[in-house]
Amino acid sequence: MTLGSVPPKFKVGIDRDQCMDCGRCIENCSYGVYHRESDKILIESRKCTACLRCVAMCPRDAITITEKPVDYRSHPIWTREIREDIINQARSGKIILSGMGNARDLPIIYDRLLLDACQVTNPSIDPLREPMELRTYIGKKPSKLKLRKTESGDVELETKLAPNLKLDTPIMIGHMSFGAISLNSHLSMAKAVTETGTYMGTGEGGLHKALYPYQDRLIVQVASGRFGVNIDYLERGAAIEIKIGQGAKPGIGGHLPGEKVNDEVSRTRMIPFGSDAISPAPHHDIYSIEDLVQLIRGLKEATEWKKPVFVKIAAVHNVAPIAAGIARSSADAVVIDGFRGGTGAAPKVFRDNVGIPIEVAIASVDQKLRDQGIRNEISVIGSGGIRSSADLAKSIALGADAVYIGTAALISLGCRVCGNCYRNLCPWGIATQQPDLMNRIDPDRGAVQVANLIKGWTLELSELMGAAGINSIESLRGNRDRLRGYMLDEGMLKVLDVLPAGA
Amino acid sequence: MIEMKTTRIDAKGIHYTPLNQKIRAAIADGAGEIILDNVLGQRFIGSGLKSKVLITINGVPGGDLGMFMSGPICIVNGNAEHAPGNTMDSGMLVIHGSAGDAVSHSMRGGKVFIRDNIGYRGGIHMKQYEEESRPILVVGGTAHSFLGEYMAGGLVLVLGIGKGKSIIDRGIGSGIHGGEIIIRGEVDDYLLGVGAKKFKFNESDLERIAPVIKSFCEHFKLDSAAFLDTNYTRIAPESSRPFANKYVWE
Repeated sequence: MTLGSVPPKFKVGIDRDQCMDCGRCIENCSYGVYHRESDKILIESRKCTACLRCVAMCPRDAITITEKPVDYRSHPIWTREIREDIINQARSGKIILSGMGNARDLPIIYDRLLLDACQVTNPSIDPLREPMELRTYIGKKPSKLKLRKTESGDVELETKLAPNLKLDTPIMIGHMSFGAISLNSHLSMAKAVTETGTYMGTGEGGLHKALYPYQDRLIVQVASGRFGVNIDYLERGAAIEIKIGQGAKPGIGGHLPGEKVNDEVSRTRMIPFGSDAISPAPHHDIYSIEDLVQLIRGLKEATEWKKPVFVKIAAVHNVAPIAAGIARSSADAVVIDGFRGGTGAAPKVFRDNVGIPIEVAIASVDQKLRDQGIRNEISVIGSGGIRSSADLAKSIALGADAVYIGTAALISLGCRVCGNCYRNLCPWGIATQQPDLMNRIDPDRGAVQVANLIKGWTLELSELMGAAGINSIESLRGNRDRLRGYMLDEGMLKVLDVLPAGA
Repeated sequence: MIEMKTTRIDAKGIHYTPLNQKIRAAIADGAGEIILDNVLGQRFIGSGLKSKVLITINGVPGGDLGMFMSGPICIVNGNAEHAPGNTMDSGMLVIHGSAGDAVSHSMRGGKVFIRDNIGYRGGIHMKQYEEESRPILVVGGTAHSFLGEYMAGGLVLVLGIGKGKSIIDRGIGSGIHGGEIIIRGEVDDYLLGVGAKKFKFNESDLERIAPVIKSFCEHFKLDSAAFLDTNYTRIAPESSRPFANKYVWE
């Protein structure tokens, strides 16, 4: 091979003075970095993914991992990554796949938006003393209410209300399928959303029996492969989501390799054991907005109009008019997934180059819906790269009703964002179907961690709102006056409809 | 024998939601057979129904007939619109006429029999889970492009009755990774999609599909003897992993 090998990504070291030779690093590393030869633990750095499982489990803090131990000649254009991708494709002639979300160092708009707080002229609110209203309803809202007086003099609501989901906090967990992630991860998150009064998505992997007790808190997904979809599945969910696209790979389908389709995954997706699960790029019964209407109404007819139907789209250039079309299609919520959205596996060229940031997508969708007077027809859920309660508060101020989190929830379960989700070897028991690895997550303990994250963000959101003198999430929604842009250009400020800091 | 309760519903001028509500009410009322008269374009008939009711549809039902259906038998005396049998689980659709695009889309079980022709993307992404729930689509006439595209399981059978060649449209079985497409007579090579491969149709294949042919002919009062020979082309996946060689990991 004239190309030779590329330098290892990480160098692993053991401080032999600290090491007590317990072997936990060997047991914990599913990538095979460590092995014992006679009385010594040997290291194969090239196999390391920096998942940090060994570091977390080492009782003596004896392990160090260094990134990029060998330097290339530095070059601003021909970066290490670019050079290595070319070498990879020179070897293979194939499309490069990668795990997790967009890994390019592009500016993050959230970090250039600043929140407001009250000083002197209007008092801030202390959430300790005053109730903060975070309850959020996802679904259609009537444009007006019609009331009727009964004979006894009471007032009755005459308007028929569409079914809505009631959230105690505007944080939901987005769709990650059973198959892509383990059953114990799903169980942990399902228990957590049940405890915190919110919802999670099932992804396109069907609904495992073990999740039935939490079905009232689950949004079931119908994607182009229709895996696991039957009438029983649709009836179990609290809501149904049609997945049109995904922020990590807009415009293309999905592909669960046969290796991950074990007995349980096969049963839940209703596909044969060991077969590839291929989701086509489009839904082949949706080639137009009229066809989308037909699928939405088909799902509603099948479930007797009892459940809200969401439509999830990737944030792409024309996201606003597309969302306006969806708002007119009988859908109850539109989910917009920004280009930083995560995934188990996506072609790298898509992950890093296709789509637009969630911040601008939320702002332009909210604006378009308000311009057309149909904002009440549909809820807007932002997703794809929501990292903190600050991102959450800014998303709502830009016009979202709620957010989906994905990677953040996985990090609360142990994920260290090593990006090797597709290998079925996840040492944290998340992106794997291997029983010994999956059992590293205790669903009861995992549920506490995920719930803690949601609770922590909820507390912080209350504080941020209180500081801004806002005591209801409704008053924050679309309230762009409480945002200021910092080092954003004029064009961007215009799209976001936000003033620059100081103005 | 217990007499089956029959309910007749006049669908004239009724929107699909109240019509489907009437069908559900009739089933709840114990109807074993429901006859719908004057059906004209109402969508989603039979959608999500789970009982073993027989529904006779006189007229032309709208799109997504029998969507997510799990059990009923629907006999249509007329043509059908797009996607009858969409994501259907079990049960049967018998259409005395033609149907539109995406017939049996993602169907996981049950049977769809179409007497005449179908549009584009018939049997697309049909899949099979357990052996006993093999989905079957039979078309008496011909089918347009992308028949059995992305097919992951089940059987599509095209008889080409009254046609010189059973199929003259391209893209048959593109991306197919499970199941089989069986077409009466010869199929030109250039009509096959990427990943689809022709196989010789032999006696054991005939033995396997003979019950399907007989059942189809019975429904439409055709002489099955005329179809019980080996003059078919069998199209199946070249590989069960059509995309395995397209990607490399980072």
